[in-house]
Amino acid sequence: MKALILVGGYGTRLRPLTLTRPKPLIEFANKPMLMHQIEALVDAGVRHIILAVSYNAEMLMKELKAEEERLSIKITMSHEKDPLGTAGPLALAKEVLCQDEEPFFVLNSDVICDFPFKSMIAFHRNHGKEGTIVVTKVSEPSKYGVVVYSPENGQIDRFVEKPQEYVGNKINAGMYIFNPSILSRIQLRPTSIEKEVFPAMASSGNLYAMELSGFWMDVGQPKDFLTGMCLYLNDVKHKTPERLYKGEAAVGNVLVDPSVRIGSNCRIGPDVTIGPDVVIEDGACIKRCTILRGSVIKSHAWLNSCIIGWRCRVGQWARMENVTVLGEDVIVKDELYINGGSVLPHKEISESVQDPRIIM
Amino acid sequence: MLKTVILIGGPSKGTRFRPLSLDMPKPLFPIAGFPMIYHHIEAASKIANMKEIILIGSYQPSKELTGFISSMQQDFKVIVRYLQEYTTTLGTAGGMYHFRDQILSGDPDLFFVMNADVCGDFPLQDMLNFHRSIGNTPHFTILATEATRQQSINYGCIVENKDTHQVTHYVEKPSTFVSTLISCGIYVFSPEIFEYIGIAFKRLQEDITFDVDATLQNRAVIRMEQDIFARELMGSGLLYVYQTSKFWSQVKSAGAAVYANRHYLNIYHRTHPEWLSKNDKDKPNVIGDVYIHPTAIVHPTATLGPNVTISKNVQIGAGVRIRESIILQGAVIQDHCCILYSIVGWTSFVGEWTRIEGTPNDPNPNKPFAKLDIADLFQPDGRLSPSITVIGSNVHIPPEIIVLNSIVLPDKDLERSYKNQIIL
Repeated sequence: MKALILVGGYGTRLRPLTLTRPKPLIEFANKPMLMHQIEALVDAGVRHIILAVSYNAEMLMKELKAEEERLSIKITMSHEKDPLGTAGPLALAKEVLCQDEEPFFVLNSDVICDFPFKSMIAFHRNHGKEGTIVVTKVSEPSKYGVVVYSPENGQIDRFVEKPQEYVGNKINAGMYIFNPSILSRIQLRPTSIEKEVFPAMASSGNLYAMELSGFWMDVGQPKDFLTGMCLYLNDVKHKTPERLYKGEAAVGNVLVDPSVRIGSNCRIGPDVTIGPDVVIEDGACIKRCTILRGSVIKSHAWLNSCIIGWRCRVGQWARMENVTVLGEDVIVKDELYINGGSVLPHKEISESVQDPRIIM
Repeated sequence: MLKTVILIGGPSKGTRFRPLSLDMPKPLFPIAGFPMIYHHIEAASKIANMKEIILIGSYQPSKELTGFISSMQQDFKVIVRYLQEYTTTLGTAGGMYHFRDQILSGDPDLFFVMNADVCGDFPLQDMLNFHRSIGNTPHFTILATEATRQQSINYGCIVENKDTHQVTHYVEKPSTFVSTLISCGIYVFSPEIFEYIGIAFKRLQEDITFDVDATLQNRAVIRMEQDIFARELMGSGLLYVYQTSKFWSQVKSAGAAVYANRHYLNIYHRTHPEWLSKNDKDKPNVIGDVYIHPTAIVHPTATLGPNVTISKNVQIGAGVRIRESIILQGAVIQDHCCILYSIVGWTSFVGEWTRIEGTPNDPNPNKPFAKLDIADLFQPDGRLSPSITVIGSNVHIPPEIIVLNSIVLPDKDLERSYKNQIIL
């Protein structure tokens, strides 16, 4: 089977992290975001992954070479030189996608969840129609596109983008299976799949909704990245609790790479992921954070709801909170207070940031 | 023989020093480990033939005050007395005039007058030498220092005859610029000062017989600066000025206390080097000038300074960082805290990993002679001006929060972080 992952462009919503590393490679829970999806797809029988990118993704391709070999799969790029919207990339990859009669997956690259790819295949075969969309329940549906469908068989009635009145609480979770015949509906021009393709499929009874059970998050921006991390860790606790860190400093769900060094009298967690080669010095308190490879958190620092980029140094007694994001190689000097700061790479911060802002 | 009068004011004065002055008379507030007026008394007692120090104010006698006075007598071997004004305000000169018999008992040749709410490296001996060099006839000397043009109008401004050092003009808090030379609130008087105060007193009595609105209290208010220097003694040729460039500052707000703390600690290098903490095995890490009371318990992994005072019976936990702050008696600071530019009140409790931070209002370093800004409490848009964070007495602060640029009144139990607020 094949899968098309809509990687898109520069990932500007996840800046400053995406200024030095392509978004699909940013480590979520200590594994590149893309690999969460790819490994689940491979597990469901996918052998060819096409990445729809809208920029020159040579760096991305180089890093994925090793994964290609490890998983014995094929990863290719589909490079859109002009913007093609949400449906256009499918048309661009038409040749590959139509190589056989098999249905193929399409995924939004920012989605993290308990991937239901096997169930999707079964559900899609069962109804036998052209398309399946995974939907998920959310508490504030008006922020998204709501899917209205029949609860008996999942046949989709209509889509309502950002409804002003309550029409339902299931939204498009960004994961689909399509039959190759869908490509006859899509031309090679900027096309919106939600506005142009899906309504036509729905009115001819060709689009079905499968409900996702378990957690779901679009982790394309820092606030949601951290929320998604908490949901993911909670899922790990229920499914594979042996992966969680059980050291003296641990509180709640914590994922720590084996190469990490943690000092004495620290408090790590709840909801923390720490990447390889990180050093946490004595007396540090870290809650609801992602700490990426090679960073150093110096003694007595207090971090809450932060994303610390690669190779950063956070000074002694620093206090950072409120979705502070440090890009690669940022130095925060001792005793500073950073409240919601978004810090660009290679910057040295020597003054506190009391109110949320971007530091260039 | 000589005497010193220290005007210590009363509870209705010095309200800018709240909440610290809610629990303790401001003159007794510790700076660099010792009460504000301890430094005045120490300086005065060093003058040869200083026989008596008289405190005049309107505070009710309390355990703290009487205890302080007796320990001062013991430490400095000089008589110390407190004379309480019973009417609320007699003015800076009125109070002294009321007690003139006591001040003049024993026939002192001269006496110093010091305002309690100033602090500095008081050059009393030099000032006395200058005063005596003028001659034996009655005259009076004001200690003065240089200020910036803009800030001078907040003080008593002095115009000086550069040759004779006489004061040719004095005006208190003018609305337009007069002179950059300002009064330090420290004077040397010969006993004849009371004649001039007496003249002002009589004039006041005569004036008010025609003024039906004058309240009983206003009748005896004589202010040294406005009524004596600027009126009675103006043009008399009897008022002299002695200028100093040593450290001097008013202490009106908590921010000023932290500023004074820094300077007094610095002066200890010369006067009491043994009081300043040194780095040692099993001792906390000390940077710059730090005073730690011998009864304080400080974890060796704490890092203190520069410019930190730790008072009696304070407990400081592991990995604590304190900089430019005063921690008052009995406070408990738990592990990993970070305290910057703050005053933590008596017996307060600060939980683990909490950050307490203020903003200094130091004088502009680019302007010579710049003084502390007497900033308004609120900005024009209604927000609290960033200033030294003050935690009142007996406040409980939970772990892991931040208290930034805020003032917390005594006995408060905080439950969350606060920024730029007064917490009642």
